[in-house]
Amino acid sequence: MSLRIFHRSEAVIAAVLLLAMILIGLVNPAFWQLDNLFGLIRSNVVIGIMALGVLMVLISGGIDVSFPAFAVAAMYLTIRAMLALGYDGVVLPFVMATLIGAALGAVNAAFVHYVRVIPLIVTLGTGAMVRGFLLGMVGASQINIDRMPKPLIAFARSELVGIGNGDGTHYGLTAMVVLYGALALAVHLVLRYTLVGRSIYALGGDAEAARRVGFDLRRTTFFVYGAAGALAGFAGLLHSSMIWLANPRDFAGLELDVIAAVVLGGASIFGGRGSVLGTLLGVFMLVMVNNSLIIMKIDTTWQRVVVGAIVIVATAMTAWRDRKRRI
Amino acid sequence: MKLANDLRNLVNRDDNLGQLVLITILVFALMAGLNPEKFLRPYNFESISYVFPELGLLSIAIMIAMLTGGIDLSVVGIANLSGILAGTFFHQVIVAHETPDGTVLAYVAAGVGIALLTGLAAGLLNGFLIARLHVTPILATMGTAQIFTGLALVLTGGPAIVGFPAYWGFIGNGKLLGLAVPFLLFLAAAVAIAFVLSRTMLGINLMLIGTNARAALFAGLRRERMILYSYMLSGLLASLAGIILSGRTNAAKSDYGTSYLLQAVLIAVLGGTNPSGGRGTVLGVSIAVLALMFLSSGFQLMRFSNFLVDFIWGAFLLLVIALNAYRNRTR
Amino acid sequence: MSREQNGAAGAPAVPRTRGRPDPVSDILIELRDIEKRFVGVRALDQVSLAIRRGQIHCLAGENGSGKSTIIKIMSGVYGPDAGQILVDGVPVARLDPIAAIRHGIEVIYQDFSLFGNLTVAENLALGHELREKRRLVDWRAVRTLARRAIDRLGVEIDLAADLETLPTSGKQLVAIARALMSDPRLLIMDEPTTALTRREVETLFRVVREIQRQGIAVLFVSHKMREMLEISEWLTVIRNGRKVAEGETGRFDEASITRHMTGQDLSGEPYRWRPAADGKPPRLDVRGLVLPGDTGGTDFKLEAGEIVGLAGLLGSGRTELALALFGMVPGHGGQVLIDGVPVRLSTVQEAIARGIAYVPEDRLTEGLFLAQSIERNILVAAYDRVTRGLMLDRARARALAAETVAAMQIATPSLDKPVGQLSGGNAQRVVIGRWLMTDAKVLILNGPTVGVDVGSKAEIHRKLRELAQTRGLAVLMISDDLPELAQNCNRILLMHRGRLVGEVAGGEASEASVSDMLRRLS
Repeated sequence: MSLRIFHRSEAVIAAVLLLAMILIGLVNPAFWQLDNLFGLIRSNVVIGIMALGVLMVLISGGIDVSFPAFAVAAMYLTIRAMLALGYDGVVLPFVMATLIGAALGAVNAAFVHYVRVIPLIVTLGTGAMVRGFLLGMVGASQINIDRMPKPLIAFARSELVGIGNGDGTHYGLTAMVVLYGALALAVHLVLRYTLVGRSIYALGGDAEAARRVGFDLRRTTFFVYGAAGALAGFAGLLHSSMIWLANPRDFAGLELDVIAAVVLGGASIFGGRGSVLGTLLGVFMLVMVNNSLIIMKIDTTWQRVVVGAIVIVATAMTAWRDRKRRI
Repeated sequence: MKLANDLRNLVNRDDNLGQLVLITILVFALMAGLNPEKFLRPYNFESISYVFPELGLLSIAIMIAMLTGGIDLSVVGIANLSGILAGTFFHQVIVAHETPDGTVLAYVAAGVGIALLTGLAAGLLNGFLIARLHVTPILATMGTAQIFTGLALVLTGGPAIVGFPAYWGFIGNGKLLGLAVPFLLFLAAAVAIAFVLSRTMLGINLMLIGTNARAALFAGLRRERMILYSYMLSGLLASLAGIILSGRTNAAKSDYGTSYLLQAVLIAVLGGTNPSGGRGTVLGVSIAVLALMFLSSGFQLMRFSNFLVDFIWGAFLLLVIALNAYRNRTR
Repeated sequence: MSREQNGAAGAPAVPRTRGRPDPVSDILIELRDIEKRFVGVRALDQVSLAIRRGQIHCLAGENGSGKSTIIKIMSGVYGPDAGQILVDGVPVARLDPIAAIRHGIEVIYQDFSLFGNLTVAENLALGHELREKRRLVDWRAVRTLARRAIDRLGVEIDLAADLETLPTSGKQLVAIARALMSDPRLLIMDEPTTALTRREVETLFRVVREIQRQGIAVLFVSHKMREMLEISEWLTVIRNGRKVAEGETGRFDEASITRHMTGQDLSGEPYRWRPAADGKPPRLDVRGLVLPGDTGGTDFKLEAGEIVGLAGLLGSGRTELALALFGMVPGHGGQVLIDGVPVRLSTVQEAIARGIAYVPEDRLTEGLFLAQSIERNILVAAYDRVTRGLMLDRARARALAAETVAAMQIATPSLDKPVGQLSGGNAQRVVIGRWLMTDAKVLILNGPTVGVDVGSKAEIHRKLRELAQTRGLAVLMISDDLPELAQNCNRILLMHRGRLVGEVAGGEASEASVSDMLRRLS
């Protein structure tokens, strides 16, 4: 009875996460200090929102490596537009960024559904196209804080909890985490309580059976890739708001980290399995490992190696778990 | 007569190959038409022949991984690591202007050996994870890519390693028999791989395993071993690409060529490789590289930025794939 | 625990035993003189059959006989080129899948069309949710719906379990439960007893009888005769797109059905074998072979030139025995000797090197590399014979492949054709032929002529006899086709629950004996 909970992958990951946190904390107790934890949570937000989109794509049996390019494109285009028009609001830019992402995602969906090319190739192509177009046609120069729209920065600065250090510095728990939480909840609700959401699991489980039972796979595919694009676009704009910088070269190489985080969180690369909770944990794990190497006084040059090793160990474990599905 | 027959068989065997050749010719004609003075200069083709080999080798490396239904996302990491290890070695043993020439040559040969060995070892790791531990190739090679790049970073501390010996530079920049050395190396490697794939047990095994892994089990094929070898082969090619790359640029850095990875995957698929396994030829991949090199060279000569060339590559790939899908459907 | 009948017009429960045919007005669906062509091939030729209300009807035929086409015509997936479909005595102009479901016809295909990654409850409720065009999922309603569906079958299944954790039999029950949710009047089941153990088959039959009690007719489509004989009341046999026999099940036995299905005539000579008086040890000597998880061992011997049949019910362990001999079950116990020498069979490579050859059950997924050439498919197990060092000797490879093609009489204009383009009979010859080059001593065949046309069957049998006699192979033939075994084996072993339980001498009389023994076992 007590062991049954460990059959759920989320429980296993949570346990591993906890263990890792304890280990890191032992090496350097500064880990547990509030400013570090708040910082960690803050780092989760952008990657986590993107991961939610990737989660849905993975569950549907596909894969998406174009989302960082979409994120950066939506972000940069929106900010350039804001600057050109002198726009000062917050809501509309986010809407625009989200729509740009969704439109790009729809292109992915069209190729996957109508042309029937495997998602890896499609998204490699569209990602390259978007990034190339952005840097080549729109501009490669980054927009620094002095030119960044103030409302965006102010928005991203808002905090839930602010704590002042005695020396005048200040740290706090960003309010963006509420956005993250809300989006995570929304995705969870969609996956669990809507028929579109269930169709994603069905598609990933057995595409042919999904067609036979009557699901509209076109709707599912467009939803999945469109949502991944939309979430990426949103996250992209949020990111630049949070770092006060709009750099069109950003997010390079991020796709593999995010996919690793989602897989770490229990999603199967073959499709049909995955949960929002698992993804939240997987992202937290990834971010924590990345951030904590500094805290553990490990030379930053070793960071990549450590992350890579963790990815490998984790994926070896998922390979063992998924072993029934291979030949 | 026999050659003509062979050639005809070659093209007929794969409709897509014929289409690819046609597309390459069209691209060539288009680029030549848009920019005859610059594009058609011998100098242009010469410079293509210096840059083409790295990408070509990486693309073939990925094709080999795809033959068994896998993929190798760590090839660029392997290339960089190989170059960096060789460079580090050179810095340890060679003192500029002091070490006698003959010794330098020996060291360079050793450096080549080190680089190639790196490729084999990296491929061994990939193959072990994929064939023995049954980790999905995408995830396994994603992880090892991080590890290789990470190790490269640790070795260099960040900045590029420069100052390779002249002999090393010759590999990337020299000319032999009127042709670019890297191009000759590529040709040699391509012919060798084509030979391996069609005339040796390894190659035939890979095709069979990629076509039906279960039937391969029932036929007594040594699946795990063959897959292991295939990733080692990919690693070897990647390290050769790394040698050429660092030879050409006289530098090795942990994050060189990141755009190469994407391009190599696209080229492999464009060249007729089936990502699910069982089909792929060196010839197809080579022609695809050529097509894309003509494309990028042409656009670069027209002063398009590199970024725009990326855009065109992506668009080109999707276009060709859509075309293939359309033709296959109406068949 | 009788259930209310929904939809069915209160038909009386049909007795389980074979009874008189019901009056004409009791016909639920009838096909009259149906013709169907595909690209010049005539799939169905003047086929007529009728299914009565509440009848358990079996449609028997080999792969490629046309039975799948009949299912698809009945369920509206295909339209007939000629002939009539009548439902409740009324001709139906156009039958498409949706109309078929509205008429009360549901099909359960072999792959069940279920989702392994979803729970049983969700699998059951999905179709209903989609039909209702809902947007949101009400999990309580899902559970209620699912419970009701399962209860209707009278079985116990954990609704919260992921479907893939269920054994095949469980998945099948879920598929049936789901099909019943639309209140069908006819349930068509395609090859339902494949991959079921004996006990699971019993559960299935209990469920089927329960369904019949609810007034629903069941059409079993199959080529596995033993179980069909047990459950059905009426039999129709299809061969080459034509109906060749029909009648009350009681009038048939396993052998007669198989003969109708295959069209084989037994005018040829049964296989005879005489032991060579050379005192050599048997080709294959199995002593106390124990498979992991089993108790007790298997012992038998095969001499050179023998063709020994291995008969048994589904789930008897024959395939497992074959796989163990082929090196796929490294944890087996006991001893195996080849030509008197003890051999270790822990890998396939070892087994092949020792002279064991295996022709698998499912040649499409286990035997053939469809996109690859015939030459490659032939040479796959013996490439070491045509390579010098690392290099392939192309001329030699071609020569050997050509030899095999000639020896096996494979009809093909070229060795480079992809093997997927060959007919079933020729493709099977490729799979058998590849073992000619491996110095095979023992040839194990699992369902050697399944899905092969009659003419090719006879030729393959001739070939096997030739191989046994001229090359001294010891042949072990696993088959459910009793006439095939009777005709071609000099003796037949019977296997049940992993043990050998009987032996019969080959020849015509053996058909009846084996049939009898199998019946007593089940």
